[in-house]
Amino acid sequence: MTTTFPEVAPTAKRTPRTLNPGLEPSDRLFHGGATMVGMFVLIMTGSIGLFLGYQSIPTLRHYGLSFFTQTSWQPELDKIGIAAVLVGTVEVALVAMVVAFPFALMMALFITDYAPRQIKSWLVSAVDLMAAVPSIIYGLWGFYLLQPHAINLARWLSQHFGWFPLFHVDTDPNAAVWQQSRYTSSAFIAGLAVSMMAIPLACAVMRAVFDQAPLGEREAAMALGGTRFGVARTVVFPFAKGGIIGGTMLALGRALGETAAVLIIVSPDFAIKARILEAGSQTTSQLIAGNFGDATKSQLSALLTAGFVLFLITLLVNSVAAVVIRRSRSGAGTEI
Amino acid sequence: MTTLQVLETVQETPPPTPRRVPRRIRVLTVDDWLSLVGAVISSLAVVTIGYEHILDGSGVLGFMVCWYFTFLAIYASLVALTNPRQIVVERLVTSTLYLAATVVILALGSTVVYTFAKGWHALVHVNFYTHDMSGVSPTAPLTQGGILHALVGSVIEVGLAVAISVPLGIGTAVYMTEVGGRGSQLVRTVVEAMTALPEILAGLFVYVVLIVGFGLPKSGLAASVAMAVTMVPIIARAGEVALRVVPSGLREASAALGANHWKTVSRVVLPSARSGLATGTILAVARGIGETAIVLICSAASSFLTFNPTNVPMNSLPLYIYTAYSSHEPTAITRAFGAASVLLTMVLLLFVVIRLLVRDKGQQR
Repeated sequence: MTTTFPEVAPTAKRTPRTLNPGLEPSDRLFHGGATMVGMFVLIMTGSIGLFLGYQSIPTLRHYGLSFFTQTSWQPELDKIGIAAVLVGTVEVALVAMVVAFPFALMMALFITDYAPRQIKSWLVSAVDLMAAVPSIIYGLWGFYLLQPHAINLARWLSQHFGWFPLFHVDTDPNAAVWQQSRYTSSAFIAGLAVSMMAIPLACAVMRAVFDQAPLGEREAAMALGGTRFGVARTVVFPFAKGGIIGGTMLALGRALGETAAVLIIVSPDFAIKARILEAGSQTTSQLIAGNFGDATKSQLSALLTAGFVLFLITLLVNSVAAVVIRRSRSGAGTEI
Repeated sequence: MTTLQVLETVQETPPPTPRRVPRRIRVLTVDDWLSLVGAVISSLAVVTIGYEHILDGSGVLGFMVCWYFTFLAIYASLVALTNPRQIVVERLVTSTLYLAATVVILALGSTVVYTFAKGWHALVHVNFYTHDMSGVSPTAPLTQGGILHALVGSVIEVGLAVAISVPLGIGTAVYMTEVGGRGSQLVRTVVEAMTALPEILAGLFVYVVLIVGFGLPKSGLAASVAMAVTMVPIIARAGEVALRVVPSGLREASAALGANHWKTVSRVVLPSARSGLATGTILAVARGIGETAIVLICSAASSFLTFNPTNVPMNSLPLYIYTAYSSHEPTAITRAFGAASVLLTMVLLLFVVIRLLVRDKGQQR
């Protein structure tokens, strides 16, 4: 049992035909053009980041660490620092998120699981519209319509929870004629207005993720006798955990950088204070908007540095949000 | 015998089943309705008596909150009389969700209605749309002056910003999805990072570079450039999503018919992603038109009508609103609300266009 192979005459070494003939001239032009646009945008946007970073070097060298610990912004005394504005920025954003998170979550769950089918698309449109309303209009709304009501809430909070430093107000909340002006223009009211911009952003992300929750698992939970909330608790929320966190952080990033509404509502005040209900606060964007006009070159670079710090914070928040959303269980392994 | 039996059983026709009507699920019984209505009424009664006399509260807001919590308590105990715990929780959650949705919609509705109501006195005058504010003092009655200069400024600035940002944004999206290559991941990362750039920082950047650095005057063009900086990442990201969902079967079919890459992209991919690209662009326009921080920094508030975006100050609607608000004059504030109504109308119109585009897309599929 031997197998013999037929003798094959040695042929000349064959070079395989190339399957990729390369690009046509018009395609080469197209690829080159698209790459150039991409590179231009890359350079343009990248140079903004690098420029901001580069501009902040002299400021940081001049003021050193005191730039982060100094509270006041008095260029004429050469005292410049962002401690107060950073605290103010975070306070406004946190108030906004404390209000926006539950409303966004409930609105998203309502839209996906509870709302009657006829009004579902209307609600989706309403949330999208809410995101499109300019922030300055929310600022006017917050200042003229919301504030007169919100100061009552602020007073009530300071009456009953004034022992808690966050809710303390430096006036007698129980006075018969209470000082309303101590409660206006506060970080609290600005935060309420900013939450109007944060709610639709967070809600849109959450709703999209809730909608992706696997139908099979939903039906399984229903078939086991679960109520709608039972389904939400055991199927939708675990599935959408990443989307909930990611959407919230995206909204937080927006709230941190918000300018117009804060500019209208808050009266500027340079002091680190935890009293969010009390009049006066300061955010980074507000600092820039208020001081760029009569700033010298070095002061401009200091303002750019303040903006750069804000940018780094929002960038960090957004990047974490992007990673969380990407890592979330987005439909993988849910086929039934 | 056995075969006969078998035959008999085979011939036996099954009894006709009654036509099945699917049971309606999630239907509220009379009991459910009554406990809901009863809880609403009784909680209202309790709070009406208790709120001012016992709790010593005041204000509509507090009344509503107290009413709501009393309602929850009464409703929960009513439902708990006949239902297990899961149903009680379900009912409470349902009522809370309805309330949350109502609050959000009310907040949005009140924003729109309040803006139009406050601006109404300015909106009814024709001169509000046909005049500018040159030579009109802030205290002048509403029959003088208008927002034409701000309206024209807004349109020119946003138009320029669109002219800059749409080619760049869509070009970047095409580069990221269609061409790819080593650099595309880096471009994607940087573009995503730039969506985090606060508007005011984009404005300050342009101010420092163009106005302080190169000595250009404050102008509409500077504002347009800053707006474009914030709009390019939005358009590029939305465009990337729109291009990515174009079925690759279309691209393959085009390639199989002998089209080269450029033909495939320009004749097949971009037209099929048209509505997605338009939606992204309009979203960016809606964002840009309401951009306050940028125009505040880059284009000084003027009071006269100009069509020249390059070297004279140019007003725009958000900036007009802000400056009118800052003057704290009652008539100026009415004008601010009037301008805000016009701005809101423009955003609403853009929004309706988006919905129509999206609906078209839905019908095509």
